[in-house]
Amino acid sequence: MKLHNISINNLKRRKAKMAFLTVGLMVGIATIVTLLTLTRSMSSDIERKMDEFGANILVTPQSNGLSMNYGGISLGGVTFDQREIKESDLALIKTIANHKNISTIAPKVLGGVKIGTHDVLLVGVNFDSELKMKQWWQVFGDAPKADNEVLLGSDASRILNATPGDSIIIKDETFKVAGVLGQTGSQDDALVFAGLRKAQKLLGKEGRITLAEVAALCSGCPIGDMVTQIAEKLPDARVSAIQQVVEGRLKALDQFKHFSYAMAGVVVFIGSLIVFVTMMGSVNERTTEIGVFRAIGFRKSHIMRIILLEATIVSLLAGFLGYAAGMGGAKLALPLMAESRNAHLIWESTVAFGSIGLALVLGLLASLYPALHASKMDPTEALRAL
Amino acid sequence: MSLINIINLKKQYSSGNDTVEALRGLDIAIEKSEFITIMGQSGSGKSTLLSVLGGLNHPSAGEVEMAGVKLYQLPGEKLADFRAQNLGFVFQSFHLIPYLTAIENVMLPLAIVKMSTPAKKIAARQALEQVGLGGKQDRLPNQLSGGEQERVAIARAIVNNPQILLADEPTGNLDSKTSEEVMALFRELNDAGQTVVMVTHNPDNGRYADRTIHLCDGMVVNA
Repeated sequence: MKLHNISINNLKRRKAKMAFLTVGLMVGIATIVTLLTLTRSMSSDIERKMDEFGANILVTPQSNGLSMNYGGISLGGVTFDQREIKESDLALIKTIANHKNISTIAPKVLGGVKIGTHDVLLVGVNFDSELKMKQWWQVFGDAPKADNEVLLGSDASRILNATPGDSIIIKDETFKVAGVLGQTGSQDDALVFAGLRKAQKLLGKEGRITLAEVAALCSGCPIGDMVTQIAEKLPDARVSAIQQVVEGRLKALDQFKHFSYAMAGVVVFIGSLIVFVTMMGSVNERTTEIGVFRAIGFRKSHIMRIILLEATIVSLLAGFLGYAAGMGGAKLALPLMAESRNAHLIWESTVAFGSIGLALVLGLLASLYPALHASKMDPTEALRAL
Repeated sequence: MSLINIINLKKQYSSGNDTVEALRGLDIAIEKSEFITIMGQSGSGKSTLLSVLGGLNHPSAGEVEMAGVKLYQLPGEKLADFRAQNLGFVFQSFHLIPYLTAIENVMLPLAIVKMSTPAKKIAARQALEQVGLGGKQDRLPNQLSGGEQERVAIARAIVNNPQILLADEPTGNLDSKTSEEVMALFRELNDAGQTVVMVTHNPDNGRYADRTIHLCDGMVVNA
């Protein structure tokens, strides 16, 4: 017989109370785990989508020439006297310290060409990476697969009067229009997209590119660090972060975090209150018992240890169950709340240990006053008869 | 020198502007191995006296000296330690812990003693056998009769070999036959050298004791 036997036996005997206490705390922990996990999973999903939906790092040549605007971002010297980046240098981007965060590298070569009587900007792209990065593109027809196929922006299609299946001639070479983009409202509407190799050849820029868009796939990853790392690898290029994307992401994340922290705060308070009220009730119910303990020589610290040990056992159990229930809840809720069907539940050991630790801290803090109250009970009052 | 010396013991209870004098300057000496019963009407102060003797209720004035120790001059939790080492309590309503078996209830005072679990079990079994409950050690209190519960309570009180056994109306909730059996048990313990101080209403219990102290309005009327 040791003090812990008293705690364990009491919990075994008062199964309903113990279950109520455990469930009360468990619900609190489960809610926090669900909220945190959902927030993290949804944030990750949003980030992934944002990463997929566009570049957040732009690699352009260093240039003293005239600037040309691309999507509101100034591209160094793409018109005259331009200096291109070597295509082979792009491989260096994948050697940076944060290379695992790189989702897609979309190289582009740009140059003006004449189609019929119209001057148009021809953009050579790697269609696989371009389509992956620009998932908002709606392609009517097919994406180009062969070298002699092109994709037209909606305005270019209208001005060149070309639809999928038609042919256009660029520098004496005939190209089939494989597809036409739906209206995007961006500079893409006016462009003619061809395969990178073919465009390099047509523009006389074999082995060179004009710019590269990089999508970094990361959860709050250090875009600034990655920009520095890429700039170190490509000293002749200008590497910049697209701030709007980064800031937009951070704002979305912040909103989610604030919401979940506020909810977690409320739940923590309610959970603590349940533990406090139940433990206080339990102590008052055990007045006589505590009186007996004191009468037979238990110190105040012994009484506190008995009460706090019970709280520890219940809190640990509530922590384990709360984590499991919370993750279960998050798994069930994620498909309903996330916009993407591919949203993945994030399992983190910090959440597991954190939830168990939080349950323990909450349980002990909420039980501290009841334990103190119990230890200070007047044994004479407690026993009444004596 | 007596085992217990009660010197000019006073106890007052205050409630608002009212003050009740429960004990009014008691002087009592109890020898080692003596069996004392304390009798008196309700409100005579006998239960207060027992609680003060048990180190549970600080007196307003006076002194309680047990085995040479001035009880209420012990600092902090030393008084609790003194109770654990020197006193055994038997309560009127038994006050067994309902979720502990008979043997676990008996082992309760040993929970705070540095002893191996097997040694604690041996001591508890011996105490249960001493009160005639050797075969019912694994029963919960609600599976025992009133008399058996009282015996478990007595076993719990003697398991740590206390110098003094304090009992408050131990037969108050028992029928006459069981009461006699319990009183005979106290007598046996006393015969074996145990000092017993018992508060009781029942005049018949007095015949088991060496001496009866009668209290009236907080004072000893005869000893």
